[in-house]
Amino acid sequence: MADLKTTRGPASASRTYAVIAIVLAMLAALPFIADAIGQPALTSLATRITILAIGAASLNLALGYCGLVSFGHAAWYGVGAYVVGIMYRHYVTGDPLLGLSIGSDQLLVTLPLAILISGLFALVLGALSLRTSGVQFIMITLAFAQMLFFFFVALKAYGGDDGLIVRRRNALPFIDTRDGPTYYWVCLFFAVAWFALMSRIVTSRFGRVLEGIRQSERRMAAIGVSTYPYKLACFVISGMGAGLAGALMANHARFVSPDMMHWTQSGEFMIMVILGGAGTLFGAAAGAAVLIGLETQLAAWTEHWQVILGPLLVLMIIFTRGGLSGLVRLLRGGRNE
Amino acid sequence: MSESLLRVSRLFKRFGGVNATDDLSLDVRAGEIHALIGPNGAGKTTFIGQLMGEVRPDAGDIHFDGASINGLSTAARVRRGIARTFQITELLTEDTALDNVALAVQAGQGHSFRFLGNAGADRSLLAPAREYLTAAGLAERADVRVSELSHGERKQLELAIALASKPRLLLLDEPMAGLGAAESRRMVDTLSSLKGSIAMLLVEHDMDVVFALADRISVLVYGRVIASGSPVEIQADTQVRAAYLGEGDA
Repeated sequence: MADLKTTRGPASASRTYAVIAIVLAMLAALPFIADAIGQPALTSLATRITILAIGAASLNLALGYCGLVSFGHAAWYGVGAYVVGIMYRHYVTGDPLLGLSIGSDQLLVTLPLAILISGLFALVLGALSLRTSGVQFIMITLAFAQMLFFFFVALKAYGGDDGLIVRRRNALPFIDTRDGPTYYWVCLFFAVAWFALMSRIVTSRFGRVLEGIRQSERRMAAIGVSTYPYKLACFVISGMGAGLAGALMANHARFVSPDMMHWTQSGEFMIMVILGGAGTLFGAAAGAAVLIGLETQLAAWTEHWQVILGPLLVLMIIFTRGGLSGLVRLLRGGRNE
Repeated sequence: MSESLLRVSRLFKRFGGVNATDDLSLDVRAGEIHALIGPNGAGKTTFIGQLMGEVRPDAGDIHFDGASINGLSTAARVRRGIARTFQITELLTEDTALDNVALAVQAGQGHSFRFLGNAGADRSLLAPAREYLTAAGLAERADVRVSELSHGERKQLELAIALASKPRLLLLDEPMAGLGAAESRRMVDTLSSLKGSIAMLLVEHDMDVVFALADRISVLVYGRVIASGSPVEIQADTQVRAAYLGEGDA
């Protein structure tokens, strides 16, 4: 958020919009560029990054803006994915679930449902978790996420350990989602929409309260704000964003498994946020891009890629102070707080 | 007693073997400045904590505006009309002075479940916030980050934020502590300009300030009110002199 906050003048604001427009144009053109340089796999990688950026941005709302260090973000991501997987399974078999025929392969049906159901899970488990704070909160969100993980491992009706295969991507009217570049643009559309929504939220009255809660809950109480409902609302929005990402990922990979809600996935989301710069709007996207890009590149060189990636991340976070957003500020000659 | 805005009766609070608050009764009338003095460790800040609902008393009653507020949370008490300043400032240090006050104004305008409008450009927040900053003497420093404000300016900001919640009772926890002579004088001027419109419970060590501002003074020693009366009465009280001389701290 630092960028939008410090650039209050009209001149720099229009410059910010110009930068955003250029970046968007480049992102939209990416499939053509990938084809031109003979690397069509790049589009698939970019799709993955775009989807994970949505997930990271939604964690950023809770972690970066409200100071809620949730270590269970992958749970909502996984739930969103399973909504797509389970609905597709029922669509194929035609079996009802509890007497309801819930099968669908339409993205416009599955996506809103995935967002809704992830939000409901976040509402129930968040309502319990937010009774605690600090380290306890980190542990309880981790515990709930692992509970869901093991639940889906044990859920043999939907593949258990092996997960679910979504043989065909969910369909959209007039748009061929099975085409790689087209599906990338679909994901890019949702990512842009999600980031636009986040940018509005963080500067709104609600966002101001979240920032206040992160800095001092005691101060917020002293001005008459009961913090719990705001934290819960923040947690639910964050969960809904993760559900959106999970549903898009289930369609991209055409596969859903409990691994999507494993704690290491929560850790990855956290690394993306911190690497990009917690509490900065576009940091989450940058963090997702750099982490997934590095993972992919290093994994191509050596099977021991984690040995290189780990120290690299530590160095980046120590020396940039505030992640990639901090690095950008440093390069522009500003100073870090 | 019928006109008292705040009425505390027989309040007790023990921490281990220490009586932080020991059968404390006290009242603050509408519009008056009631000073609470006493040596370090007398339980003044603990008392404010209990008034705000941050510390639960073991026994006793707190009535505000005719109703018991014993069971209310801190935020609910603030919404009823009690505000405080912190002895050790408690501010949003990454934000500007103006943002700090604007957030308090926002909190006074009902719920904040508004997700889309830009709060940073909302005149209904910024205009009153600037007025409160002016009232506290901080108008020129509105756009400075709190982390770059001086200690004295932070104390003034504490006051501006407290005023922004439009309190009927203001609990001031050592507002002068650490201020320079000029800053201290400005704070006294600000407080005396508010006198009459807002009732205040003033915890303060600086006796000159206390005697300049207070309508009544209560003396707290070991959690117990040992004397209460007008400034003249307190000055003449031998028990008070003994307590202060005994502690060697005033």
